[in-house]
Amino acid sequence: MIQDRSWAGAGRWLLSAVVALAAGLLLAETLVAQAYVPPDYGADFPVIGSRAAVWIVAQVHLMFAAFVLGVPMFAVIAEAIALFGGEDRYDRLAKEFTRLLLVAYSATALLGGLFVFLLTTLYPALWSYLSEVFRISMWMYAGIFFAESATLYMYYYGWDQWKKGRAKLGHWGLGLLLNVWGTIALLIANSWLTFMMSPPGDLTPDTSPATVQFWSAFANATWMPINVHRLIANAVFGGAIVAAYAAYRFLKAKSDEERAHYDWMGYVGNMIAIGVFLVLPFAGYYLGREIYEFNQQMGVTMMGGFMSWLWIIQAFLIGVLFLAGNYYLWIGLGRIPGGERFAPYTKWMLLVLVVGVIVWATPHTMIADRAELAAMGGTFHPFLQPLGVMSAKNTAVNLMILTTFLSFLLYRRANKNPTVSWARTGTLSQGIVLLVCALVVLFYGIAGYFVPAIVRIGFSVYQVLAVLFTIIAVLVLDILIARGAESRGDIRWGRMPPRSQYALFVLVVTFTWLMGLMGFARSGIRQHWHVYEIVQDTSAYAATPALGYAAQIISASVVIFFLMLAFVFWIGGMIAKPALVPAAADAAAAEPVPGGSPGRSGSGADRGGGLEPGLEPLPGT
Amino acid sequence: MGRYTKHPFWQSLAVVVVSYALIRWGIAYLPGLVGITSAPVPASVVLQYTAIVLVGVLVWVSDNEERWTRFKEPIHAALVEPDKKVVRMSMMAVVPLLVAFATFNNVRPTISAPASLRSIHPAPPTQITFRGETIVLEGLENPLREPDLEEAAFELGKELYYQNCMPCHGDYLNAGGHYAPGFNPTPLELRGSSTIAQLTESFVFWRIAKGGPGLPREGGPWNSAMPVWEDFLTADEIWAVTLFLYDQAGIAPRTWEEEGIEE
Repeated sequence: MIQDRSWAGAGRWLLSAVVALAAGLLLAETLVAQAYVPPDYGADFPVIGSRAAVWIVAQVHLMFAAFVLGVPMFAVIAEAIALFGGEDRYDRLAKEFTRLLLVAYSATALLGGLFVFLLTTLYPALWSYLSEVFRISMWMYAGIFFAESATLYMYYYGWDQWKKGRAKLGHWGLGLLLNVWGTIALLIANSWLTFMMSPPGDLTPDTSPATVQFWSAFANATWMPINVHRLIANAVFGGAIVAAYAAYRFLKAKSDEERAHYDWMGYVGNMIAIGVFLVLPFAGYYLGREIYEFNQQMGVTMMGGFMSWLWIIQAFLIGVLFLAGNYYLWIGLGRIPGGERFAPYTKWMLLVLVVGVIVWATPHTMIADRAELAAMGGTFHPFLQPLGVMSAKNTAVNLMILTTFLSFLLYRRANKNPTVSWARTGTLSQGIVLLVCALVVLFYGIAGYFVPAIVRIGFSVYQVLAVLFTIIAVLVLDILIARGAESRGDIRWGRMPPRSQYALFVLVVTFTWLMGLMGFARSGIRQHWHVYEIVQDTSAYAATPALGYAAQIISASVVIFFLMLAFVFWIGGMIAKPALVPAAADAAAAEPVPGGSPGRSGSGADRGGGLEPGLEPLPGT
Repeated sequence: MGRYTKHPFWQSLAVVVVSYALIRWGIAYLPGLVGITSAPVPASVVLQYTAIVLVGVLVWVSDNEERWTRFKEPIHAALVEPDKKVVRMSMMAVVPLLVAFATFNNVRPTISAPASLRSIHPAPPTQITFRGETIVLEGLENPLREPDLEEAAFELGKELYYQNCMPCHGDYLNAGGHYAPGFNPTPLELRGSSTIAQLTESFVFWRIAKGGPGLPREGGPWNSAMPVWEDFLTADEIWAVTLFLYDQAGIAPRTWEEEGIEE
């Protein structure tokens, strides 16, 4: 009995303890639940602050994203040239770049992951809001990466497996698919950032994010213009990266064959970068118009207000792009038999470019101290102020595009001796079309000063159409004239001075800088809003940063990107180097190697324990 | 002489020096010879233009192998050839002196305030509060631009302009009013293609109503002495002045239809 009682007492104690514990836990949970309110912002990031941390990581992630979206475009075009045009060297070029993609892809994903962690820890409320609106597309986004990764691995590792007949066509299809996945990822990510800029009109700060209609948030006012602009810009960036890689290899080359190969690769990359770049201003104009249409305040802040200084810096940088691109072509004339006959014209084209950059970079409101302001009698310079408005700038940029096109034309024509009977008339017609176009551009530029703003905007469309028509018409004529033309001699690939390669570095650095700079303009016009006029930035970093500070952050991002890119190039070069001379590559591919499958190089002869098909070690690697 | 005029090094030097002279003094004084108003170019723009010319010259001398080799000859000779010792020594003295002079000029104390970036087209708000009443600016037209109201509005605007605006903005809308020389920067010139011709009437209404103190915080600090006319004029009176301004300047206000971007 005593024992029973003691057990009963123990049972009561145990029961009481369990009940007390459960009650305590419930109470604690209730208390915690009541006390814990998720903060709008996490603890500040050490040293540089939360805004700069998110800014730099997002920017470098975006640069890598442009790389891994731009280079596949380049690779699939190069592979198509090889597949349908029968030029094998383009196939090797495409493969060489896909190899770099593998490393760059990891860097992009890591930076993306870091970006998300920074957002969730530093800006939890904003992240919560965005994930509430976009949760479905966020899941899709992650899913796309599985598909993209699988396609990339099959595309690269199947290169030599599927190299003939239908299999090769299927392989090229994989390249296309890689671009499709990349583009879908781009469209999804663009919807998030454009939503922050231009949320649907029916949203108010009190609207619960759970009730926001997904599609209206996704396909918002600036989504499509950003998609178009970024797709074109990625192709440009891909070309510029390829050219820079080739320049790096050219400068490190130890044999003439290597130099010839990388000279040619740099030329192809530069052609794609500059060729596609010529249409980029039109896509930018479309984006600008849509931003203005969405919200006048945003538009004026961007073009005429605080951010307008960025456009002057942009004019400078784009001037550098034009000068560097043309410079590379002009030096290249020296390696083409017959190119010397066009050399005397380059100084006149340079004059047009220099005057164009001067006009484009002339600020409407000048940086002046009080004495200079007093001397000018106001904030505008009485003589130079007409150069500060869009009529002058549109005219300048269109003439610069025409001049760059002319450089390209001379380059094409350099080693050709036309044999068609109407060659002289055709060339004269090309000259007349170019001249008339220049006069049309000038006419509308001058007339723009004498008409209302709304008419003047229409004039810029006429200028653009005249230039596009001229480029197409003159190029078609040129192709017809070149049919059956005699060659003055083969292009002497590799016979380029080292300074020409620095022009390619200048191109890629300038493109990258521009991405950061104009990305800041686009993002900064939201001012003190996370989501424009819906979710306010109430953090210590709500103020729009000063231009000097922004320039430092952007430049730091560019430096970090290039340090990481140098690592990618270095790693890419470490794996193996491609056979540079087509004949040697074919021999290497055909030669049976002991201990390996046909077409494979020997194991153990290289550092990585096996070179890839069609690749062979070079002296000094 | 021909030895120098045909040599790329001396040609480049001549282009840079002549360009600098044209930018620094030519733009200021040459247009005046044919009756066109001009003024000295601010130092920031001189630097900008000269840098562009310098880059252009470097592109020209180096885009051709033969020219590049010839361009480097005098530099190479001055640096290493024994008979150029005097030139070498002179450069060693002159270059540091020039650098020292430029440094001194940059750091010496001056009484003038540093040059500032100034936005001339502040971004208008989407809506404003005018005497307690909310006015949405986006898409807003001048309500007095009606056939039966326009003439009276013009007369009212004219009267108000001469009473209130003319002392600064001038009889001719050219910032030539009696008080104008007392301000730095001077009041805005309202004629021509680059001020109110670029703007919608609602923008001009906002600027008149809110004046300098009503300029947006972004892009500051501002430097405007424009009064807050909302304190003295009614909305209709401000619209009347706006109508008068465009009429007198002989330009049409910017319209809202198919609005695009401008500088």
